[in-house]
Amino acid sequence: MTAVSVQNLWKEYDGRVVLEHVSLEVAPHSFIALVGPSGCGKSTFLRMLLSAETPTRGQILVDGEQLPGEPTADRGVVFQRYSVFPHLTVLENVLIGLEFAASPLLGKLFGKARRKAREEAAGMLAAVGLGDFLALYPSQLSGGMQQRLAIAQALIKRPRVLLLDEPFGALDPGIRAEIHVLMLKLWRETRMTVFMVTHDLSEAFHLGTRVIAFDRPRNRPEERERYGATITHDLAIWPPKYPVADNETPPGGTTRPLDDAGAQPGRPGAGQ
Amino acid sequence: MHRRLINAYPSRGASLLLSALPFLLILLAYLAGSEARLAVNPNDKLLPAFSSIGAGFSRMAFEADKRTGDVLLWVDTAASLARLLAGLAIATVTAGLLGIAVGLLPYMRSTFSGFIAVVAMIPPLSVLPILFIIFGLGETAKVALIVIGITPMILRDMILRVEELPREIMVKAQTLGASTWQIALRVVVPQMLPRLIDSLRLSLGAAWLFLIAAEAIASQSGLGYRIFLLRRYLAMDVILPYVAWITLLAFLLDYGLRLLQARAFPWFVEGRKQR
Ligand SMILES: Nc1ncnc2c1ncn2[C@@H]1O[C@H](COP(=O)(O)OP(=O)(O)OP(=O)(O)O)[C@@H](O)[C@H]1O
Ligand SMILES: [Mg+2]
Repeated sequence: MTAVSVQNLWKEYDGRVVLEHVSLEVAPHSFIALVGPSGCGKSTFLRMLLSAETPTRGQILVDGEQLPGEPTADRGVVFQRYSVFPHLTVLENVLIGLEFAASPLLGKLFGKARRKAREEAAGMLAAVGLGDFLALYPSQLSGGMQQRLAIAQALIKRPRVLLLDEPFGALDPGIRAEIHVLMLKLWRETRMTVFMVTHDLSEAFHLGTRVIAFDRPRNRPEERERYGATITHDLAIWPPKYPVADNETPPGGTTRPLDDAGAQPGRPGAGQ
Repeated sequence: MHRRLINAYPSRGASLLLSALPFLLILLAYLAGSEARLAVNPNDKLLPAFSSIGAGFSRMAFEADKRTGDVLLWVDTAASLARLLAGLAIATVTAGLLGIAVGLLPYMRSTFSGFIAVVAMIPPLSVLPILFIIFGLGETAKVALIVIGITPMILRDMILRVEELPREIMVKAQTLGASTWQIALRVVVPQMLPRLIDSLRLSLGAAWLFLIAAEAIASQSGLGYRIFLLRRYLAMDVILPYVAWITLLAFLLDYGLRLLQARAFPWFVEGRKQR
């Protein structure tokens, strides 16, 4: 159960503003779907949540604490590509997360410790439907199986926040629907907070407890350098996709879409 | 409809025949040239008949040398291979370790990338006299030439390959809680080993070049030493089979490395086929 607070986040690359004024309060156990046109900074936003990229301005708090300066095991990730290690088998890809924690020197477990970790990894793989493919290499798996492997690999660390960057973008609709079911189940069981970037609106509304759209409010060619994208829509989805306990605040933010004016608080010394 | 040439594939049999064709043509051309010259001058040394090449080879490979009592081909082969393999091993280990460190660690990159770029431009053969002065004319100088000749190439390749690893993979490893050491040990090194074999295979030609150059200039044994010695006597009947023998050794080394790669890193070969 993890709350995330994004406070007035900016990101510039070489003076070119990509994201600006991004502020967001995320309730524990939310499933945030991020949508927006290509190049508007969704992946950049996720990378900042991962600490793989530093914000130019602003800050991100997880459960009230500032993010560390580099990626850590409490924030898991699944990318669209290159999410799993090609040189490890399905089992080893999941096992390795446990081995890193238990064996600082070799990063590898042996004997009884390995058998115990193996059991846990195999259990996780069974949960994502890869129980029969433990010995295969990722290159021998289909795209959908690779993404399920990436999810299992991330979840074995029991992250408090899971970041998904177009994780299912390359999958065909049938397999996608299957993975959606799996994803919602895992999200309910682990009670983690999920951020998912997607280009598929129906996927966003189906999975998310809250759909957030990034866009550039000012997008004339001469404005593109100076103005970045920000949150233009913020929709809570109702009803929530998990049973809300009485003492629990429902996830999601405001139920009304922010109008464009509301999405742009006064910019000091710019614009007008 | 005719297919485009880029889509026209020979059948299996035709493919075999075609790959044998260039070899056959060379052999035939040699045979014709040799016969024509020998018909004019039976003592011609330039293009000896296959029979004299065979005799030359068996003399070197199966008869003890009158002066030393050694069977020269095997002595030469052992001496050359020892130098070559020592040079390859030292270069591979050095370049592998340093390359991974430089590719992975920004501090190492800042320290060494400029230095490596400059050192790699030194023509290795120009260093040979210095090596002979420092190490004398013994084995060390020859191994050192091979090492100096091929290390920069493997090293730069390794650095590029490490930097080429998708950023996602490095981020992923960190989100699984890996330390720098664990990332190097379990993520980078295992992925670099098959690429190191690729790099080593590409540098084999250069390694042979430096070996033979060093042996030609100062040596008492070795395949390179022998062919340069025999040059004085125009002994083509021995030089030609020696060159063929060197080629065979080089080919087998390359083939062995390819086999090792396929056996030890099936995921790598598989992944490459898909690209
Ligand atoms: N390392 C970088 N250096 C410079 N510019 C960058 C860098 N990374 C991203 N950008 C720029 O930032 C902008 C946002 O990129 P980002 O990848 O976050 O977009 P995105 O919303 O994820 O797009 P897509 O939907 O196509 O994945 C782009 O204009 C991109 O060119
Ligand atoms: Mg993206």
